[in-house]
Amino acid sequence: LCSFCLGPGAGQDVGRSCILVSIAGKNVMLDCGMHMGYNDDRRFPDFSYITQNGRLTDFLDCVIISHFHLDHCGALPYFSEMVGYDGPIYMTHPTKAICPILLEDYRKITVDKKGEINFFTSQMIKDCMKKVVAVHLHQTVQVDEELEIKAYYAGHVLGAAMFQIKVGCESVVYTGDYNMTPDRHLGAAWIDKCRPDLLISESTYATTIRDSKRCRERDFLKKVHETVERGGKVLIPVFALGRAQELCILLETFWERMNLKAPIYFSTGLTEKANHYYKLFITWTNQKIRKTFVQRNMFEFKHIKAFDRAFADNPGPMVVFATPGMLHAGQSLQIFKKWAGNEKNMVIMPGYCVQGTVGHKILSGQRKLEMEGRQILEVKMQVEYMSFSAHADAKGIMQLIRQAEPRNVLLVHGEAKKMEFLKQKIEQEFHVNCYMPANGETTTIFTNPSIPVDISLGLLKRETAIGLLPDVKKPQLMHGTLIMKDNSFRLVSPEQALKELGLAEHQLRFTCRVHIQDPRKEHETVLRVYNHLKGVLKDYSVQHLPDGSITVESILIQATAHSEDQGTKVLLVSWTYQDEELGSYLTALLKKGLPPSTS
Amino acid sequence: FFQYCLSGHPTLPCNVLKFKSTTIMLDCGLDMTSTLNFLPLPLVQSPRLSKLPGWVLKDGSTFLDKELKECSGHVFVDSVPEFCLPETELLDLSTVDVILISNYHCMMALPYITEYTGFTGTVYATEPTVQIGRLLMEELVNSIERVPKAQSASMWKNKEVQRLLPAPLKDAVEVSMWKKCYTMPEVNAALSKIQLVGYSQKIELFGAVQVTPLSSGYALGSSNWIIQSHYEKVSYVSGSSLLTTHPQPMDQASLKNSDVLILTGLTQIPTANPDGMVGEFCSNLAMTVRNGGNVLVPCYPSGVIYDLLECLYQYIDSAGLSNVPFYFISPVANSSLEFSQIFAEWLCHNKQTKVYLPEPPFPHAELIQTNKLKHYPSIHGEFSNDFKQPCVVFTGHPSLRFGDVVHFMELWGKSSLNTVIFTEPDFSYLDALAPYQPLAMKCVYCPIDTRLNFIQVSKLLKEVQPLHVVCPEQYTQPPPTQSHRTDLMIDCQPPPMAYHRAEVLSLPYKRRYEKIEIMPELADLLVPLEIKPGISLATVSAVLHTKDNKHVLQLPPKPPQPPTGKKRKRMSDDVPECKPLKPLLSGSIPVDQFVQTLEKHGFSDVKVEDTAKGHIVLLQEAETLIQIEEDSTHIICDNDEPLRVKLRDLVLKFLQKF
Repeated sequence: LCSFCLGPGAGQDVGRSCILVSIAGKNVMLDCGMHMGYNDDRRFPDFSYITQNGRLTDFLDCVIISHFHLDHCGALPYFSEMVGYDGPIYMTHPTKAICPILLEDYRKITVDKKGEINFFTSQMIKDCMKKVVAVHLHQTVQVDEELEIKAYYAGHVLGAAMFQIKVGCESVVYTGDYNMTPDRHLGAAWIDKCRPDLLISESTYATTIRDSKRCRERDFLKKVHETVERGGKVLIPVFALGRAQELCILLETFWERMNLKAPIYFSTGLTEKANHYYKLFITWTNQKIRKTFVQRNMFEFKHIKAFDRAFADNPGPMVVFATPGMLHAGQSLQIFKKWAGNEKNMVIMPGYCVQGTVGHKILSGQRKLEMEGRQILEVKMQVEYMSFSAHADAKGIMQLIRQAEPRNVLLVHGEAKKMEFLKQKIEQEFHVNCYMPANGETTTIFTNPSIPVDISLGLLKRETAIGLLPDVKKPQLMHGTLIMKDNSFRLVSPEQALKELGLAEHQLRFTCRVHIQDPRKEHETVLRVYNHLKGVLKDYSVQHLPDGSITVESILIQATAHSEDQGTKVLLVSWTYQDEELGSYLTALLKKGLPPSTS
Repeated sequence: FFQYCLSGHPTLPCNVLKFKSTTIMLDCGLDMTSTLNFLPLPLVQSPRLSKLPGWVLKDGSTFLDKELKECSGHVFVDSVPEFCLPETELLDLSTVDVILISNYHCMMALPYITEYTGFTGTVYATEPTVQIGRLLMEELVNSIERVPKAQSASMWKNKEVQRLLPAPLKDAVEVSMWKKCYTMPEVNAALSKIQLVGYSQKIELFGAVQVTPLSSGYALGSSNWIIQSHYEKVSYVSGSSLLTTHPQPMDQASLKNSDVLILTGLTQIPTANPDGMVGEFCSNLAMTVRNGGNVLVPCYPSGVIYDLLECLYQYIDSAGLSNVPFYFISPVANSSLEFSQIFAEWLCHNKQTKVYLPEPPFPHAELIQTNKLKHYPSIHGEFSNDFKQPCVVFTGHPSLRFGDVVHFMELWGKSSLNTVIFTEPDFSYLDALAPYQPLAMKCVYCPIDTRLNFIQVSKLLKEVQPLHVVCPEQYTQPPPTQSHRTDLMIDCQPPPMAYHRAEVLSLPYKRRYEKIEIMPELADLLVPLEIKPGISLATVSAVLHTKDNKHVLQLPPKPPQPPTGKKRKRMSDDVPECKPLKPLLSGSIPVDQFVQTLEKHGFSDVKVEDTAKGHIVLLQEAETLIQIEEDSTHIICDNDEPLRVKLRDLVLKFLQKF
């Protein structure tokens, strides 16, 4: 029995997530992300990895989407409508609500603005979403008779979930992206001690152990404040949903406290809508927001206004949140181009940037960018990176492993070098195997599941009753018969097995004659034998019966005088096959003779 | 296993199930009909109520006139209202391991159980159940605490005295056990013991039992529960609905294959159709307002009110009521309206889809936005400034004994232009109105109870086919007032087992099997033998480990290596300890073949004698005798171990091991 894992998408790269898991004959695809760094075929996973011939619907038992970020769900309409998949797709309610909006947004940028063809249409997004089944947290969803899945809270963004995939007693947990520390609007990821055979964890921040959240927040506010004070403009590229809301809450309270006047704008038409989602799905936010929402809804902002394209050229300081977050297209890139030339301005990148994006280039120190049409853009504005994206850091990943107690760990969605470091750490601390497959690589993990059978209550009660005897250290052996019939396994007592099969027991008994030299009278000899046995066999029930015989457990010993030699007594030791060990031990013991009488 | 029945109220159940080694309480409903025996608590001093005459016994004695007042021929207790608790003496409630809550109406006795009985377990409920349950409790505590009552009557409870009282006081049960309302700190303490669960979440209890809540379709977050082990399944169906209102539809399929199905919380008004009642509600409301009268709707702050507001949302414009103000008055009105909008995942499909847009799932958001619906924490303050008549007021409590509704009854009761419309089915409207008589205002009874009726029950039972049905005794006979309606009772085969308050039922089920896991190392060593076509056997000798009620079979430990040295051992050292047990034997020994085998193995002087039951095989030289019968073999020999072992093995060749 084995479960293996293959990544057409994720692996040692933060580009996109798409993982195939085969577990006990069931095939599940985890996430269906696209790569933000590419503008060609490479942006979507190569689904021919999954099956060369034959339909995906026949091969896959289900698809699970962990959260609404496009690097986890961006290829979904392409996969279901263009490649073709009609099976169930599972995601949480907020993901189901928000995912189509981001997909549509992305489609507009790609097709309407950049004019690309051969891309999915609005109708395809709608048709794709019809195949989605929404799941509750902790609900056990029975995909079919054997396959069940269960969602856990992951933090990361609104509606993000980790998923447990279980077939029989084998299971895999896929974390998606998660966050182990609560932030200003979301709670921390949590999982129970479910002991999966395999934990597939993201490792975006594999080596980072981030300083305290509070420090980072103070740092962020200080930088924004300083720039605004000296009349500069601050650009914060974000995705419409997620980190944006956390930073908005942060700036809103800061502006209020410091009584600042510089305008804060949010660039996309999505804002209003986005905040509305947060209001309606408030049960997915953190404890504090949930508790106070009736009095004050944290997602109604006073200082943050909608952005108009014309505002970018306004003089004076301002703060603008603009999408998308990696500066690879759209409004954030336009504003960046406008403001890049002025050293008074600042761009703060609050999250991770994928290779190939403008965001990634400026973060890696590039200051001369080649734009479309061979133009060179010189970046003079200050570039800051603040790790606000809600991924678990090394400490968080270790914490999750401690919570779930997996037998194997597989790291994905990270960079090879950093993952290697974490892998060693995990293997050292938890003594479990840790894997880090490359894109398209298959990892096979062998599991060794125990076999569940039905035990008759009679047999179990008999055994547990024995187990309750004072000497618990002594392992108790149980003896039963396993009846295998039509795929059912039942463990019953041997007696019951015989009865069920309509067979009679055959009793095998032994009686051995042991000669002992003892001139005394018979009953005296018996008494000596009795005392001797009682002395040696302390843990056994040795009894002297009124009819002159001795029993040791169920073994019977009788003494008769030898017909010819009065000085010799014959002991008849009788036992059944089931007591053979003791019976043969006793005869050997008695054969050695009795110890000299003390009297 | 057993069921302890602590409540006699069929829709406010409280049962305790002893299932395997766990003690599970199913719901803890609070019977509030006891409050109907008390005088209303007016917010503002009511001259009418304070002038009611004291009650005088037939013989003229007046010693009860401080405690009991008479109003229009009915006698009421003039005291803080008290509630009838579930039975607390039937079993030691501190032994309850878990409490499962099915809906927010069925948890109102929770603080009495968790705070007064030594309860140390966990309570399981869904998030909407807890949040809305908290609102109901808050409203209850608030409406009783803000009207402090100097007097707490107790004399009438004396058994001798109670006998002399008129009905229904005379027949009230266990009045000595009636309790005053709990406090907010007690509510908070009780709610802190709740663990939130989601539909279809499997919760393990002590490794022995698994419980799972299922959508019951009755209210936000309402659930039925499956209580099961590997071999037995009990379904607890409490307050379920098959009508399409706002909650997620009922999950029926998961109730299949139950050994026992406990059925409580059916509709209290089996003859009324909820849709028809809503229609009547709207038309009566419109008629009253058109005639210049006010409408009072005594209600709970959550539940049916959402549906009523939705109906009115569609109805008011067409009925020309757009200018009539709707007021919702409750200390938790705002919270209830806000909370209803954030439980998208617990709502029916249509409402879920709205949230994806994103729009609030309930249209009362729009009613509030357009100022058609206004909500206030109480009649004091802001409300008194905004108050315009004619109007429609939704407020509690449906018993008419406390809450702001008391004020409106006193205010509007004298005019026949006004109407009070009863929609909540929990209280008899005539009893509720008794202390307000004589009354000029119109009374309309439109009880809306969406819970299962008997036709739906019989369909459900046919569908899910439980082996046994357990239900309150009220469901096994027609209602007392309609004894000819034999269709208004549960009809199933075998007939349902009925229970009443303070009864212990022994549930019919006998367990025969338990789950055990065979570790892979052990499984590898098993040698299955096909005994009959399709049936294989393997003998298993293993060590049983039991932890947290889970059983595992492991390889027996290897016997320690016998010491090789010639050191003299103490004799007890080699006493056999945990050698594998010998299997049972079966089969019979064909004497001729056995003799041949003996000869083949070097026994030359074999002699066979026939006996009554079989044969005796003699080995003369070895002075050995083997008695062979159909079902037994007896080897009698000298103490010659090699010989014995050799003979044993030859015998075993002919037998099967088990």
